[in-house]
Amino acid sequence: MENTVIKVENVKMKFNLSKEKTDNLKEYVIKFIKRELQYQPFWALKGVSFEVNKGDKFGIIGLNGAGKSTLLKLIAGVMKPTEGKIWVKGSMVPLLEMGAGFDPDYTGRENIFLKGALLGYTRRFLEEKFDEIVEFSELEEFIDVPLKNYSSGMKARLAFSIATMVEPEILIIDEVLSVGDAKFQEKSREKMNSLLDEDATVLFVSHSTQQVRNICNRAIWLDKGKLITQGPVDEVCDAYEKFIHLK
Amino acid sequence: MAGNVTGHRFLYNFRKYKFLLYQLVSRDIKTKYRKSVLGIFWSFLEPLLTMIVLTIIFSTLFKGFGVENYPVYLLTGRLIFTFFAGGTSAAMRSIRGSASILKTVYVPKYIYSLSAILSNFVTFLLSLVVLFLVMAATNAPFTIYIIFTSLPILALLFFTIGVGLIVATVNVFFRDLEHLYGVFLTLLMYATPIFYPPSIVPASFRWIQDYNPIYAVIECCRSAFLYGEIYDPHQLLFALISAAVAMIVGLALFYRYQDKFILHI
Repeated sequence: MENTVIKVENVKMKFNLSKEKTDNLKEYVIKFIKRELQYQPFWALKGVSFEVNKGDKFGIIGLNGAGKSTLLKLIAGVMKPTEGKIWVKGSMVPLLEMGAGFDPDYTGRENIFLKGALLGYTRRFLEEKFDEIVEFSELEEFIDVPLKNYSSGMKARLAFSIATMVEPEILIIDEVLSVGDAKFQEKSREKMNSLLDEDATVLFVSHSTQQVRNICNRAIWLDKGKLITQGPVDEVCDAYEKFIHLK
Repeated sequence: MAGNVTGHRFLYNFRKYKFLLYQLVSRDIKTKYRKSVLGIFWSFLEPLLTMIVLTIIFSTLFKGFGVENYPVYLLTGRLIFTFFAGGTSAAMRSIRGSASILKTVYVPKYIYSLSAILSNFVTFLLSLVVLFLVMAATNAPFTIYIIFTSLPILALLFFTIGVGLIVATVNVFFRDLEHLYGVFLTLLMYATPIFYPPSIVPASFRWIQDYNPIYAVIECCRSAFLYGEIYDPHQLLFALISAAVAMIVGLALFYRYQDKFILHI
């Protein structure tokens, strides 16, 4: 398919619960002697397949522990699946845990370049976009102040401005973006909407079916690592809501 | 994880994240000296002051072991060893230290280990200025062979990268290494003729010098800086081979286990 930008093929993800907790030699030896090193496999994803087409606003819904975050991390390339294949075409920007990658001793200006580099942007591109990022974040006065003196709202504004200043082909959004004060929230919502209007592909993860219905056109529902349904957003959300109410 | 790049994924990634590497190296250097009045001058001042202290101690206590131009002798050894120790220690902590980033964004992981070593390398190159100043002050010979030291220094850089990748990988799975490695480095420092001449070591322990790649580099550099002579090509060859072996083992280990890092940090 020419239109497919993300293809997830029978992806399984296994974590080994007992082994992951031993990170020092003493524990390892003790567990080895006590023969406790055996496998405690936990399958976070048990064979999930779907395709996302170009321009899709794709929702992923499910309860806590359904494997949503694991799936996003696999698509973002942070982890590799135990089994199966993931195929992604195009540039991708994750909007997850937006504070990551900042240096507290660095000024706002320096952090724009550091974080930008982390997202894989070139220096020229960042220099071009620098004024725009600062203007959007409304941090002109504080741009040469070390980040540790910023309020959490200011940090979030800076992070949001950097991440959305490019027009990525694929945007990954985990939960809602409620950053800054009411005024900035309005602005960030507008920015999100303009990103959504363009032909960018969006992967959106949420507990709230309300938000998913607003933003997405297609969705999947994950439960305990299995894909329950996929299809048009309203169908999937209806089924999910019904399931929640039954519980 | 970009699926469309198959053939030259490594090169593609390196080009893409070159700017990140540059940013990380300059961040390390900038934040190290920020807030200090003298700033970057500390990378000159620190080795100079340490050298003066050690020279006073060893030339009064041990009469400098009869080594000619003890300040240059000491400084050459110490600068090289400090780079190796600092570079590998920083690389060891690099993967764990950037856990929050590695868990959210895809970044080639070696970039973090490499940047930790490269920032130490930049500090090392800056501190060579001090060495040249001390050489000038002590009338040491300046010869063409000084330029030739770039080869053993390059070998040292790659040896450090190789060892750095190994300790970075092991430290992800066994954090004990962080404590153990410091002890090992102290041992290595005293086993390497940095403060003392190699001749005072009993013959039965000479193998520690003979099979010590760092000491091979130190000896190459001392030949040039101290005596104005060309170094023994065998020493260079040994340093180069050690660097190649360390790189191969380091890369193999790192690439074999890097996909599992994320589950352990």
